[in-house]
Amino acid sequence: MDEMTQKILSIVEDVSGLDNIGGDTDLFADGILDSMATVEVLVTLQDTFGIQVPVSEFDRSEWSTVNKIAEQVKLLEN
Amino acid sequence: MVRSMHNITPYTSPSYFIYLLILLLPIIIGLFNGRRFKVYETIATLGILIITFFGDNAIQGISLVAFIIYEFIVVFGYRRYRENHNNFWIFFWAVVLAIIPLVIVKVSPVAHSVKLSLFGFLGISYLTFKVVELIMESRDGAIKEITSWQFFRFILFFPTISSGPIDRFPRFEKDYDKVPEREEYLKLFQSGINKIMQGFLYKFILGYFFGTLMLPQVAALAMSYRHTNFLGLSWAILPYMYVYSMYLFFDFAGYSLFAIAISNFMGVKTPANFNQPFKSVNIKDFWNRWHMTLSFWFRDFIYMRLMFLFMKKKWIKSRVTIANIGYVTLFLIMGFWHGLTWYYIVYGIFHASAMIINDAWLRFKKRHKSLPSNRFTKYLAIFITFNVVCFSFLIFSGFLNTLWFVK
Repeated sequence: MDEMTQKILSIVEDVSGLDNIGGDTDLFADGILDSMATVEVLVTLQDTFGIQVPVSEFDRSEWSTVNKIAEQVKLLEN
Repeated sequence: MVRSMHNITPYTSPSYFIYLLILLLPIIIGLFNGRRFKVYETIATLGILIITFFGDNAIQGISLVAFIIYEFIVVFGYRRYRENHNNFWIFFWAVVLAIIPLVIVKVSPVAHSVKLSLFGFLGISYLTFKVVELIMESRDGAIKEITSWQFFRFILFFPTISSGPIDRFPRFEKDYDKVPEREEYLKLFQSGINKIMQGFLYKFILGYFFGTLMLPQVAALAMSYRHTNFLGLSWAILPYMYVYSMYLFFDFAGYSLFAIAISNFMGVKTPANFNQPFKSVNIKDFWNRWHMTLSFWFRDFIYMRLMFLFMKKKWIKSRVTIANIGYVTLFLIMGFWHGLTWYYIVYGIFHASAMIINDAWLRFKKRHKSLPSNRFTKYLAIFITFNVVCFSFLIFSGFLNTLWFVK
C-alpha cells in the first residue's frame, strides 16, 4: 500500500469509526459509508489532496474501495 | 375510429400489451440480428405516445408537447450559457425554470380531484426529474455532449415515461449507443420475459387481490368504527394498513418490472426500482431498497449536494446536525412532490424523523459494542422496520384523511 492509499485508508477509518477496513473492502455494500460519510470522505479528500470531486461524476462503482478511491484521486490529480 | 379511441394508461390493460408487442417486434428482431433500427424506433415511440396521450383526451398530448419544447429550451439554453460561464444563480434559475411546470400542476386546485390538472399529463414528475438531472450534470461537466435527438430519445423513452424507473442520461446513452452481442441480448431478452411474468403475478394477481378485492373490505370495516371510537381509531385500521402496504408494493413493483422488461427488449438496462424492501433491517436500508431510482435521485441530486455545500462552507459544525437538516429537507421535498396534501407532508416528516432516530440509534450502537447482535435481534429489527414502514404508508394512503375529514 503506497503512502496515498494509506492516507485514504486512515481518512475512511476516521470517518467510519472502524479500524478493520482493507484496501478492497466494499465501502457501500457493507454499509461502512452512508451518504453523509461519503460526502465527508470526499470533502476531506478535496482538502487533503487539493482535488475537485464533482458529486455527479462520483460513480459509486468506481469509488467503492480504498484502492479504487486511490486510483480516482490519482486520475483527478493529473 | 378516432372517437372510439381512449387514452391508454401504460401497462394497465391487455390492449396496451398487444399494441406494445406489435410495435416492439421489429425492434426485437433487429436487435437479435445485431441492428438497431433508429428510425423505426422513433416511429414506434410516436405511435405509443399517441396511444398513451392523444387517445380521447388530446389535452394531455398537447401538454406533453408543450412541456418537451419548453424543457428543451431550458436545457439547451443553459448548456449554451454554460459553455463559457458558470454562475451559481444562473444554474439555480435554470433548475427553477425546469420545475415550474411541475409546480404549477401540483398546486393547481384541479389536481386534487382528478389527479391531473389542465396542464398536466401522466408522468410529468418523472420527466421533470430527468430534465433536472440533465441541467445538474451539464453544470458539473458530467454530460459533455447531448444532441437534440439524444435529448428527445432520453426524455421520451416510452417504457418508463409514465412512472419511471428514473434512468440517468450517461448510463442510458451507453446502452442505447451500442447494440448488444447476440448472446448478451438473448440473456437480456430472457430476463425481460421473466420480469414480465413476475410483473403479471405482482400487478395483476397480488396487486389485484390486495387492491381491488381486499382493500374496499378492510376500508369499510375500519370506517364502521368511525363514530364509535376516539378519532375513529380502532384495531380495524391495522388490516387496512397492511393490506394497503401490500397493494402499494405489488402494484408499483409490478409496474416497474414491466417498464424494465420492455426496456430490456429494446436493449436498455433500466435500473431496478425494488430490492425486497420488506426485508430491510432499518429505515435507511429501506430507502436503499424501495423505489430505488427515486431515492437515489434524491440522494445524489439533493441530499449529497446539500451536505457538500454545508461542509464546504462550514456553516454548521456538527456533522449530525448537517445530516439531520439534510433528511428534513429531502423528505419534505419528497412529500411536496407527492402532492400538496397534509398527509403527504406528514409522510415526509415522519420518514425524516425515522431517519434521524435511526442514525442516533446507529451511533449509540457503535459506542456500545457489547449490545447483543444475533439472528433474533435481526428479525426483531426487520419486524420493527416493516411496521414503521407500513404505518408511514397508512399516512401516505390518505385513509386517515377520509376517516377524519371527509363527510
